[in-house]
Amino acid sequence: MDAIKAIVESLIFVAGSPLTVKKIAECIDGATEQEIRGAVQSLIADYEGRNSGVRIVNVGGGYQMRTREDMAQWIRKFMGLKPVALSRAALETLAVVAYRQPVMKSEIEKVRGVDVSGTLKGLLEKNLVRIVGRKDVPGRPIIYGTTKKFLEVFNLMDLSELPTLRELKELESSE
Amino acid sequence: MSYEIKLDIFQGPLDLLLYLIKKNEIDIYNIPIALVTKQYLEYLDLMKAMNLDVAGEYLVMASALIHIKSRMLLPVHEDEEEPVDPRDELTRQLLEYQTFKAAALKLEAMNILGRDVFRRPEPGEDDRDDDNRPLEEVNIFQLVEAFRQIVSSMVAGELMEIDSERMSLSDRINEIMEQLTKEKVLTFLELLGDTNDRLKVIYTFLALLELMKLRVIKAYQAEQFGTIRIYLAVEE
Repeated sequence: MDAIKAIVESLIFVAGSPLTVKKIAECIDGATEQEIRGAVQSLIADYEGRNSGVRIVNVGGGYQMRTREDMAQWIRKFMGLKPVALSRAALETLAVVAYRQPVMKSEIEKVRGVDVSGTLKGLLEKNLVRIVGRKDVPGRPIIYGTTKKFLEVFNLMDLSELPTLRELKELESSE
Repeated sequence: MSYEIKLDIFQGPLDLLLYLIKKNEIDIYNIPIALVTKQYLEYLDLMKAMNLDVAGEYLVMASALIHIKSRMLLPVHEDEEEPVDPRDELTRQLLEYQTFKAAALKLEAMNILGRDVFRRPEPGEDDRDDDNRPLEEVNIFQLVEAFRQIVSSMVAGELMEIDSERMSLSDRINEIMEQLTKEKVLTFLELLGDTNDRLKVIYTFLALLELMKLRVIKAYQAEQFGTIRIYLAVEE
């Protein structure tokens, strides 16, 4: 078990992008996915337990090593980064795409009441939004959805982890 | 040179309306249209006075508000079964927008990768982990260069012939999309087949440019002057 755990840890360390249990199982002969899942859980607990600045998170369908959020200021300083934030416009557009996908540009514009060509293009370039296809209506408009990278960037296991619109409405009315 | 300044406070007419509703502590289900319209127009004047380009959307909303206001003044026909409140559509729109505004704030509050949490850079920092070979995204100039190569390698000096077969750009786009859906990945050369038809080459090229612009396809090449591969932009 400890051997598998060490291997899993090293694989997650080098991977960079989220690593699926399936992919790990392919690399370790004789280890079942069940065992690997156990090893990952045990690793997660280890990192939490010793208050490490790094943790292993389940994100975008796989496991990834990331720094803890309260380490951000030092990391930014070290890397010479300014805190980058998406603009309000981009976030609103992204929210509509995330909840309403697959969604047409005109539908996003109806919700936001403004032209979204620019923000949508920016989101496509950042690879947070992708073209899912075309809708089978006259004009065959393009329909959009979110990407795997969106899940990775926003720390989500999958889309169901987003708060539901009902929860958001309740939040709004309780203010 | 003109500068476009976007007043960052408001994300559009709906946002401005929500702000006015909150400021006046108005019940969103019973908006006093006359008051809101007046204040809304005052804000537009203020924005104009500050030399801000008032986007068309604000003006559209202004006319919508005035339209609602005038409809409110009309007497309701008694024989109408269910009198429709002219404000209904606006209220629905505002509520919906308010929800998504909250959703956007929720997203912003998350631990965002690259802002709050960090991961190790990937080897070669390439986001496509499904393909081990790093591919370089091709720009328009490289595509033009590939096009030039093909045109110049075509056998010259043929007899001129007037081709009665007409080709249209949208036909070619559809053909390419069909081919791509079937094959998943195609090289530029494969798309052309062994054609010598200059018109077809040109249409193929134009179709690719159009599809790239629409972001329906993506073009990659592994090295400079290498083969350009065309993929559908759709993942999985």
